[in-house]
Amino acid sequence: MSKTRHVVARVDDVPPGTRKKIAVAGRDIALFNLGGAFFALGDKCPHESGSLCAGKVVGLAEADEPGRYRLSRDGEFVKCSWHGWEFGIRTGQSWCDPANTRARAYEAGVERGAALVKGPYVADTFPVAVEQDYIVIDL
Amino acid sequence: MAQGAETTVVRAGDGASVFGSPAVDCDAHIVVPSIKAIMPYLDAYWRQQFLNRGIDKLSWSLTSEAPNAPISGRPDWRPAQGKPGTDLAMLRAAVLDGFGVQTAIATCLWGGAVLHSEDMSAVVCAAVNDWIAAEWLDKEPRLRASIVLPLGNPDLAAEEIERRAGDRRFVSATMLVAGETPLGKRHNWPIFRAAEKHGMPVAVHAGSAYHHPMMANGYGSYFLEDYVAQAFAFESATLSLVSEGVFAKFPNLKIVFQESGVTWLPACLWRFNKTWRGVRAEVPWVKRPPKDIVRDHIRLTTQPFDEPDGARRLERFCEMLDSDRMLLFSTDYPHWHYEGTDALPLDPASPLARRVLRDNAMETYPRLTEATP
Repeated sequence: MSKTRHVVARVDDVPPGTRKKIAVAGRDIALFNLGGAFFALGDKCPHESGSLCAGKVVGLAEADEPGRYRLSRDGEFVKCSWHGWEFGIRTGQSWCDPANTRARAYEAGVERGAALVKGPYVADTFPVAVEQDYIVIDL
Repeated sequence: MAQGAETTVVRAGDGASVFGSPAVDCDAHIVVPSIKAIMPYLDAYWRQQFLNRGIDKLSWSLTSEAPNAPISGRPDWRPAQGKPGTDLAMLRAAVLDGFGVQTAIATCLWGGAVLHSEDMSAVVCAAVNDWIAAEWLDKEPRLRASIVLPLGNPDLAAEEIERRAGDRRFVSATMLVAGETPLGKRHNWPIFRAAEKHGMPVAVHAGSAYHHPMMANGYGSYFLEDYVAQAFAFESATLSLVSEGVFAKFPNLKIVFQESGVTWLPACLWRFNKTWRGVRAEVPWVKRPPKDIVRDHIRLTTQPFDEPDGARRLERFCEMLDSDRMLLFSTDYPHWHYEGTDALPLDPASPLARRVLRDNAMETYPRLTEATP
């Protein structure tokens, strides 16, 4: 099945460290900017469909033994806004149950407006200008 | 290690039990009849102290094992004289011969383990372990025992494990489920460290030091409440052991819950797993779902087994826990949970029976696989 390229936001709309909830072809998607790279997860926790976009963005809490706390990969995980389940923003993979629980992940990227206007693309909500950078999602 | 020695090796659980296959009893009680019984095992200082202070006249029965409560002694397992559990001949007849178990692991619950005086507790626990070796283990080769520990001071308790570890007939060390602190607290880690080092599981038996109420927000009024609430204490112990990271710190440690009632565990673990997923960053050393950790490290003896009459839910329990390795047969002699030899909450023809009756015990207590002395 061929995918359609959707232009979902201007890069300036989602600065590093922020996220934005968008609607694409009838689906709610949580769009994250991790240090300039964009990642898109279905905004629906696989547990009970809570919003991931409304959740806290956190690092990975780890310990080699009791009492030895450390935080790594800060900003790379989101906790569901309902029950706090953690998902890797890059992959949608659940930390607690990687084998069976995964948030839907979509390919997200950045395209220059000049490239996009050659098409094909879908931009429902705003016009695409040649001189701007845009976040695109394929689905 | 005597492994590989060319002797006639009698291993625990050889020979068929009344259930048709070999069995190990992982919780049979032996009881200190009176303080006088341990006086010969005290040194001169303590013997004189006990006489001068009148301590030799005390009972030191644990309140949570009240000798006159019906549950503490089945009518046919009460000796003509003295407390249930004090008579070696009756233990032989009821458990070793009566059930045909090849080996029984003796649990000695005793007030000496929970004295407020840490030194006195250490001294009397050492004395009672000497008494167990001399009065029980030396006289009955099918018997093994769990070390009695001075629980108020885990450093002294660990010393007692070290002192006793050379006697391979001591196969575990006993704690109470409701002691000074939640079981998994680092305060107790010297005990876990010593037990792991010597290849012994820690047996956690129902019972309280009564330094805290059995119910979380205060003392109830009746034995009824206290006895039923022991199961809640086992839930607390499960939470504490996993959350405090005992099994992360001591990866080879096994804990045996004795007289827990067993069937509270699945619901506890569903709640534990579910909540862990939301807040697991608090306890990052808990790297797997609590249920998986419990499955690997906690074992439970089968009497009492809380279920509707005759329901035989043991198979269900194993399905819910995804494990046939967790349950260890026990008679809980002389406690009154069943009549006759109806101690196995399982069809003896079930493929699970062999595991529950013997194999799980052999995996849990490494010392049981050694040749008898």
